[in-house]
Amino acid sequence: MTTARFWRDNATRYNLIATKCGNCGKVTFPPRNVCPVCHRKSMGKMEKIHLSGHGEVYSFSVVYDAPLAFEMQKPYVIAIIKMAEGVMLTAQIIDCECCEVAIGMKVKATLRKIGEEGPGGVIHYGYKFVPA
Amino acid sequence: MEVGIVSYGAYVPRFRIAPQEIGRVWGTDGEAMGKGLMISSKSVPAPDEDVVTISIEAARSMMRRCDVSPKDIGALYVGSESHPYAVKPSGTIVAEAIEASPNMTIADIEFACKAGTAGIQMCMGLVGSGMVRYGVAIGADTSQGAPGDALEFSASAGGAAYLIGSENVIARINGTYSFTTDTPDFWRREGQPYPSHGGRFTGEPAYFKHVTSCSIGLMERMGTKPSDYTYAVFHQPNGKFPTRVAKQLGFNDKQIEYGLLTPQIGNTYSGAVPLGLAAILDNTVPGDRVFAIAYGSGAGCDGFDITVTENMAKYRRDAGPTVKQLMEKTKFIDYATYAKYRGKIRMKEGGE
Ligand SMILES: [Zn+2]
Repeated sequence: MTTARFWRDNATRYNLIATKCGNCGKVTFPPRNVCPVCHRKSMGKMEKIHLSGHGEVYSFSVVYDAPLAFEMQKPYVIAIIKMAEGVMLTAQIIDCECCEVAIGMKVKATLRKIGEEGPGGVIHYGYKFVPA
Repeated sequence: MEVGIVSYGAYVPRFRIAPQEIGRVWGTDGEAMGKGLMISSKSVPAPDEDVVTISIEAARSMMRRCDVSPKDIGALYVGSESHPYAVKPSGTIVAEAIEASPNMTIADIEFACKAGTAGIQMCMGLVGSGMVRYGVAIGADTSQGAPGDALEFSASAGGAAYLIGSENVIARINGTYSFTTDTPDFWRREGQPYPSHGGRFTGEPAYFKHVTSCSIGLMERMGTKPSDYTYAVFHQPNGKFPTRVAKQLGFNDKQIEYGLLTPQIGNTYSGAVPLGLAAILDNTVPGDRVFAIAYGSGAGCDGFDITVTENMAKYRRDAGPTVKQLMEKTKFIDYATYAKYRGKIRMKEGGE
């Protein structure tokens, strides 16, 4: 991804900013301009909210064959997290052993380095999850 | 105007390595090295941690503990000698992560191990003059010693953040005093991965001279003596130096106990006194008086005389982890893992 594309989503990625539909109440992440359920009825009613950062593991996978950028961290866990607000997102689970991760495990968001564009490139920061 | 600490937060990475393990690899007596330095383990950052993430952890904990709106923060300074970028401030990322930007001033500061406390002084000036309502000063580092160098036994990672203001102050800063000279005891040139130091030169003419002069100078200005303070914290490149200087100045072991963290987590450089002070504040009650002296090579000291106020009684300390809690959450690693995490192993292009 380019520096600019990453940069545009920094606020969202740093602080888990989502949108809540003013019509049906559905929370979407990343933020959307239109509710995927109500479509036109949600126009102008999409409210920006902060996700609490609390959630639980919905499903997960242990990655042993990592892309080069994640070589340092393997094996590591990538999980689908069901946030307290009901929305799902995918993130790495850190600060615990792979074998400790289980479906239903309570986690909370933190911020770490999620990649960099080579040794001379921009460093990207974003959410990861730790056991709550 | 009364200026002081409104809130604070701390962070220490969870990985640890023992001096015995470092000594085993380099053929030195790690046990004796650890004893000599009074260090039983040091913290190691994870591969996805750096000064920015450590600063954010500490700053977020600081914000959770108080009711200050991030939009009322007018200044933010990150003091470190291991900023991830040579050019591009760490502070802008931290400010965005606590949603304090954009109506504020930000700068990264470097003064070896005392850049964080220099930030506290800058915030005191801005708050005291009425230029900003609140200022944030962070001291954080992920310092490295060259493989096999004595510094490798101590250089560690951690940091703490301070919200400085004049409203709802939990700890009033009664006074600050600095003592600074041009002393080349420790340095790192641009582009060099590891620092150099003057060996024995780092002791008497550097650390001891500056810490002693700053301590005496501060007490003279405040009209105090060591027994007037409930607690004291001194910069701690190892466990030995602060213990010795405290004794020389007339402070006892009980006064320095809470703030002495290097024996368990190593030298967190810019994070050292900020973290030691945080550990003390974790244990204080209203009325306690704290003496804090940070030292940075190059060389200078920033001293602070602090009194804990009544507001500490209702301060939401539990909203963030205490230093003790951070120090209990640990995982020991071997030297190979440490070398991998700290980028001491040459990787193929494209890796981290
Ligand atoms: Zn809707």
